[in-house]
Amino acid sequence: MYTFSNRLKIASFILMAVGVLGMGIGFMAAPSTVEEAKAIVAAQGGGHGDAHAVEAEAHGADAQHGEAHDASHDQHLLHQLQNKPWSALYVAAFFFMMISLGVLAFYAIQRAAQAGWSPLLFRVMEGITAYLVPGGIAVFIILALSVAHMNHLFVWMDADVVANDKLLLGKAGYLNGPFFLIRAAIFLGGWILYREYSRKLSLAQDESNDDSNFKLNFRISAAFLVFYLITESIMSWDWIMSVDPHWFSTLFGWYIFASMFVSGITVIALVTIYLKSKGYLPDVNDSHIHDLAKFMFGISIFWTYLWFSQFMLIWYSNIPEEVTYFVSRIADYKLPFFGMVALNFLFPLLLLMNSEFKRVNWFVVMTGVVILFGHYLDIYTAIMPGTVGDQWSIGIPEISSVLFFLGMFIFFVFRALSKAPLQPKRNPFIEESKHFHY
Amino acid sequence: MASHYEAPIRKPLVLGDKGYHDVTVDIAAPVEGKANKHWWIVFSIALAAFLWGVGCIIYTVSTGIGTWGLNKTVGWAWDITNFVWWVGIGHAGTLISAVLLLFRQKWRMAINRSAEAMTIFSVVQAGLFPIVHMGRPWLAYWVLPIPNQFGSLWVNFNSPLLWDVFAISTYLSVSLVFWWTGLLPDFAMIRDRAVKPFQKKIYSLISFGWTGRAKDWQRFEEVSLVLAGLATPLVLSVHTIVSFDFATSVIPGWHTTIFPPYFVAGAIFSGFAMVNTLLIIMRKVCHLESYITVQHIELMNIVIMLTGSIVGCAYITELFVAWYSGVEYEQYAFLNRATGPYWWAYWAMMTCNVFSPQFMWFKRLRTSIMFSFFISIVVNIGMWFERFVIIVTSLHRDYLPSSWTMFSPTFVDIGIFIGTIGFFFVLFLLYARTFPVIAQAEVKSILKSSGEKYKKLRDAGKPTYTITKTTVVKEGIVSETALSTEKNQEKLAVLLEAIGKYDPSTGAPDNLQEVKGIGPLMEKALNQMGVFTFAQLSKMTQKEYDLLDSITESFPGRALRDDWAGQATILNNKK
Repeated sequence: MYTFSNRLKIASFILMAVGVLGMGIGFMAAPSTVEEAKAIVAAQGGGHGDAHAVEAEAHGADAQHGEAHDASHDQHLLHQLQNKPWSALYVAAFFFMMISLGVLAFYAIQRAAQAGWSPLLFRVMEGITAYLVPGGIAVFIILALSVAHMNHLFVWMDADVVANDKLLLGKAGYLNGPFFLIRAAIFLGGWILYREYSRKLSLAQDESNDDSNFKLNFRISAAFLVFYLITESIMSWDWIMSVDPHWFSTLFGWYIFASMFVSGITVIALVTIYLKSKGYLPDVNDSHIHDLAKFMFGISIFWTYLWFSQFMLIWYSNIPEEVTYFVSRIADYKLPFFGMVALNFLFPLLLLMNSEFKRVNWFVVMTGVVILFGHYLDIYTAIMPGTVGDQWSIGIPEISSVLFFLGMFIFFVFRALSKAPLQPKRNPFIEESKHFHY
Repeated sequence: MASHYEAPIRKPLVLGDKGYHDVTVDIAAPVEGKANKHWWIVFSIALAAFLWGVGCIIYTVSTGIGTWGLNKTVGWAWDITNFVWWVGIGHAGTLISAVLLLFRQKWRMAINRSAEAMTIFSVVQAGLFPIVHMGRPWLAYWVLPIPNQFGSLWVNFNSPLLWDVFAISTYLSVSLVFWWTGLLPDFAMIRDRAVKPFQKKIYSLISFGWTGRAKDWQRFEEVSLVLAGLATPLVLSVHTIVSFDFATSVIPGWHTTIFPPYFVAGAIFSGFAMVNTLLIIMRKVCHLESYITVQHIELMNIVIMLTGSIVGCAYITELFVAWYSGVEYEQYAFLNRATGPYWWAYWAMMTCNVFSPQFMWFKRLRTSIMFSFFISIVVNIGMWFERFVIIVTSLHRDYLPSSWTMFSPTFVDIGIFIGTIGFFFVLFLLYARTFPVIAQAEVKSILKSSGEKYKKLRDAGKPTYTITKTTVVKEGIVSETALSTEKNQEKLAVLLEAIGKYDPSTGAPDNLQEVKGIGPLMEKALNQMGVFTFAQLSKMTQKEYDLLDSITESFPGRALRDDWAGQATILNNKK
């Protein structure tokens, strides 16, 4: 039985407190008038002229040029700067929710595939998915606040913009506040329902004297995967792709899936290694870590495959309405955009290629940290260009949002881990998992 | 390798009372035996189709591509459809051999050999289409980047069609190496059992001098893992590049970013359907029901259901995003697919690929052999239509309404397609008679952990291996007195019931001494017991061997060691 150590608990509280403080500073520093916004940009040196023109063009929704150009440009700048702390908050909230959701998908796959190696790690996975409840609610609240016009993250929520935009008018049947929130509630409700029910059955299996709980868990996991296949795609269109409401890519949902899947698996490995270092999980051996590392390696390559497919096809045919997405990213986000490809592809590829290295725990931890940072940047470059344009930076609001959600993540995950024995007792495959080695 | 422990709730993968020797005998049987009438009938049909295809190819090459139904609007139709269809079918082999190997799925071992064979044979079919389409196939080497001095033109590296050349030739070579590596120990097994010198020679050549030393096995396992690692990205890359043939263009309906992974999923989907089609027939014809069990078919059905659902999800994503994009050309392309003049092809595709695999959610249906076979055919038809829909439906409404037209295939289009199906089956049928169709070495590696016999022994708490004591070696024949004891008479009755009584009216007795291990004395003893023919001997199994040993009380275990039944089967077929 794991006990949530006081030191870790205090650390998580400190992270959250520092995060709240930093986010407060971020919101306070955001301009409330056009003049303040201009002053901020001027203070930074204001050297963004040409790049911003491209961005404004790409952004489309605000492309109301002509006589009103200057005024609309300034208004646009104000919105971008006001969006900055909100975007930082949203990226971090989504990122940690996504980790938990990725783990949930991995867990469901393990159950549906009747994998023999992983049952020893089920409690770790269940612990991480415990964050889905608070994390999912946090994302939902941010989305609801957006719908309530507290921020300008989603430009299609602005009725004036939509009224002047033929494309957005065409999408209004789908992209509208109430329907958007109803969808979000259905997705989160479904995921959380599966998580809670599966956890209940998993604990009940330990106390029961037959395999009925286990079998039921197998069935609902298969059903969940169908639900997940559909909702994950729609979620990624709603919550990320619609930030750039003119842009579309059929691959986008699966691309975000790869990102959350690899992040989730990485966190399973990190938490497992942490618990082992504290003397828990005695039966988890190097082969289990090796398998997790293989997944980190393989899914990183899979993610790159999807990234490349999407990039290559859009770049190759160079269709204006599609290519703006990459034009704006390469113009304003060159370093994070290509940097994250290096972090997410080259690092795992080179570090985890050797099969010996996949068994060295500190090596896996090191690569895991790189992967998580890379996928944070992945989500960052997916959302920021649509919300803050070229006014991006990684400063107090971004870092403190990450710290806040990290603290919350640690608190809920380790609290859940302390609730039940770390090793399932009566899972029919537990012996296979204990004997797992090669 | 993973440990040998296996959870008791896992179902056995090798059914029946099969020991190591039984596996050898069962898998060598189709190679060592003679083809029956059904094989010849199916082979003749396939050969006729193949020859018909050859005729159509000769006609095409000598007359020109004008013999096909292409027109200036639909300049690409059955040729590319068939090409993509065949490449797609090839995917399951690599997936089963490489990806399932990495995922340590033991059930792959019964099906990987045939799936890989299918991969290679279908890639051969796929390769025919670009070559025939060239019009001047003797200039086929122009697709390779050869300097201009050789009379070729420098290739266009910007074109995905060229990437296809590299992707598919890499794929074919890696698959071939992978397949052959796995075959080495199995060819060696057939070599060691071969009776005739010619066969022995051939199988020694193609088994590359496999000796079965520990070092051989160690290298074998290492190279398998390396090849699996190489082949896994190939599963993705080949069909990804095939999808690039379309997706890099700006044609509405083709330029969609989901094409790469969705083509891969569709390819695995159609490949597994074809594996199911082939193996459901093969397990019956070659009596391999103990190895390719209902559970194997069920698992393949689950893969079909999974990949079918992924493909369905992609179809719906394409439809939704076409609407969401607000691009009217894109919207029209998809609307036209569903409601235009080719609506029937679209709905055939939807029905076969998206709806029909959903039946596999029901355990009763996915464990039904007949239903699985039916669905596997349906899926193959559906996947052909998918490519037809993507290609012909998108092309037949091009940029100028005045050139809008339909496509109708000529007998040459149809003939070449039928011809490749014939060629495929010719290759597969020849393979089924000359190659070990199941990776017996690999099946043996899981026999202890997943074989029904050993599972039962373990459950009963008995040792999985006992050494039968062979100390009593007594030269001599069964004396009349020994035979006449009541106990032996009983045993003899059981023995004769199992192997059949000899009826002098149906044929002369065989010379049993032709069987290695039967000398004049033993022949006499057998004759005394009423065993006169190879047919009788060939029906002997472990149980009958034991009975025989207990009656004769000489050379215990010898009949099993020399595999009298196997030898007798061969001799009987040669008669």
